[in-house]
Amino acid sequence: MLSLVLWRLALIPLTVLGVVTILFLIFKAVPGDEATMVAGATATQAEIDVVRHQLGLDRPLFVQYADRVLGLARGDLGYSATFRGNPLPRILERVPATLLLTASAILLTVAAGIPAGILAASWRGRWPDIAVSGGVVALLAVPNFWLGMMLMALFSVRLGWLPSIGLTGPASLVMPTVALAARLIALVGRLVRGTVIEEQRKDYVRTAYAKGLATPRVLYRHVLRNALVPIVTVVGLQTGYLLGGSVVVERLFAWPGIGDLLLTAVGLRDFTLVQGITILFVVGFLLINLLVEILYRLINPRLR
Amino acid sequence: MKFGFLSFGATLLIGFSLVALLGDRIAPYDPSEQDLLAILDPPSAAHWFGTDEIGRDIASRIIAGTRITLLIAVVSVALAGVAGIGLGLAAGYRGGAVDRVLMVALDLLMTVPSLVLAIAIISAIGANASGLITAITVSFIPSLARLVRARVLELRELDYIEAARALGMRHPRIVLRHVFPNAVSVIVIELSLMAGQAVLVATALGFLGLGVQPPAPEWGAMFGASRQYLEVAPHVAVVPGLAVSLLVLAFNLFGDGLRDRLDPAARAR
Repeated sequence: MLSLVLWRLALIPLTVLGVVTILFLIFKAVPGDEATMVAGATATQAEIDVVRHQLGLDRPLFVQYADRVLGLARGDLGYSATFRGNPLPRILERVPATLLLTASAILLTVAAGIPAGILAASWRGRWPDIAVSGGVVALLAVPNFWLGMMLMALFSVRLGWLPSIGLTGPASLVMPTVALAARLIALVGRLVRGTVIEEQRKDYVRTAYAKGLATPRVLYRHVLRNALVPIVTVVGLQTGYLLGGSVVVERLFAWPGIGDLLLTAVGLRDFTLVQGITILFVVGFLLINLLVEILYRLINPRLR
Repeated sequence: MKFGFLSFGATLLIGFSLVALLGDRIAPYDPSEQDLLAILDPPSAAHWFGTDEIGRDIASRIIAGTRITLLIAVVSVALAGVAGIGLGLAAGYRGGAVDRVLMVALDLLMTVPSLVLAIAIISAIGANASGLITAITVSFIPSLARLVRARVLELRELDYIEAARALGMRHPRIVLRHVFPNAVSVIVIELSLMAGQAVLVATALGFLGLGVQPPAPEWGAMFGASRQYLEVAPHVAVVPGLAVSLLVLAFNLFGDGLRDRLDPAARAR
């Protein structure tokens, strides 16, 4: 296990290098000229050329690429006009808020999705099942930013129970978490329902009942344990949604995380910052996936 | 359940397509016509869904926005489909070095959360419809290519493909005539679900000010504007959200229904 973790950690820099390379190629391939965008719509050709030179964009592509990679190796993301220098420390300042939001979204997903799925499976075809299954279909269709906005309209504007923006305390965590987790709760709920129904048909469950075990004990001790593996898989697969969704939710609730900073960077046309934050999201993605894999091995004896 | 999700989703999609096609004919007002005497009016007989911050009829703007959102979703998913299918077929059928290089590249790309990738791409191209379509397309290609590849790998080992090869059939013909048709159902299901995702991504980016720009009546951009008026006129935010949800629901139901119909093994899930 330890060697697996160390090996995967060692692979992260290599993966980042690969991602940086691909992003570099994509950014050079898509239409749109960075210098023109930075200089602004009213700039003359001469001004654009000055900007191009300042940003080092008039150098050969290979030199630009080598510069980017060597900088990264030293922890230098390049020159950010917003922060007048290497933006890495300023990005890292924002990481805890994003971590808090995504971690609480995962917790809520587990805390709400699993019971909902079990409830639906135990009342298959009856009204609790219909309610949960309908909720799943609805939550998968609703945009997270709209859900957040509706929560805001109800709980902040109408009822005044929760603060609408910023990170000001435990109460301010509620709405962003719900908005971000909604989709995951639906996915996990649906999966748990399906898995529990499937597992209940299996021999070991019949054996457990035959031994005289009570239903809750069969469910929680036997069925749920086997259902955990697919649940962890699904949560792992949704890491991309979780991180991407956090960008939108952070902007809506003025949450001081890196997603909000990413959008600020886009607005300011600070491409160094945009690419730096993108790389940080990749590192986050890899770390979460590593965590998921460790969990996966812990709960699945076949992989131990 | 027999009438089923598939028919319901298909009916909704046909409805949305008709609204998109007929747009200006059925809209009660010109979507950009301002009525400064009717600002932020709640829903009424004259304005079914009320009016926005400069007195434009929300119902008409939703109708006009249907065309924009549907077009963006369909075009970007179609482009991602062509690229993803091409890459997936190439990687899966050819195997070897082509497969390895493509898969490493796609795996790397998949470590960038797709919305973050889309935002980064838009920052480079600019916030407009073509930037939006490029961003959504690129961020959807990796997962689709992987899916097609996995299906092709499965098919490649089957006897009838080997038979075709033994008959001396050439590779492009085998891929087009025998491999691709058997992968179609998986692809169509995925594309339908992806179209729903594309609607969510496009409106999220519109909301963030990175998609189609106002004053175009794009659903996401309508939210972005509505946020300031949440206290006085929540109806401005409610209706575009319902429109987005309904369209995503339509694509999801269609995709799920199709999966149930075409892939009975997945029905239990």
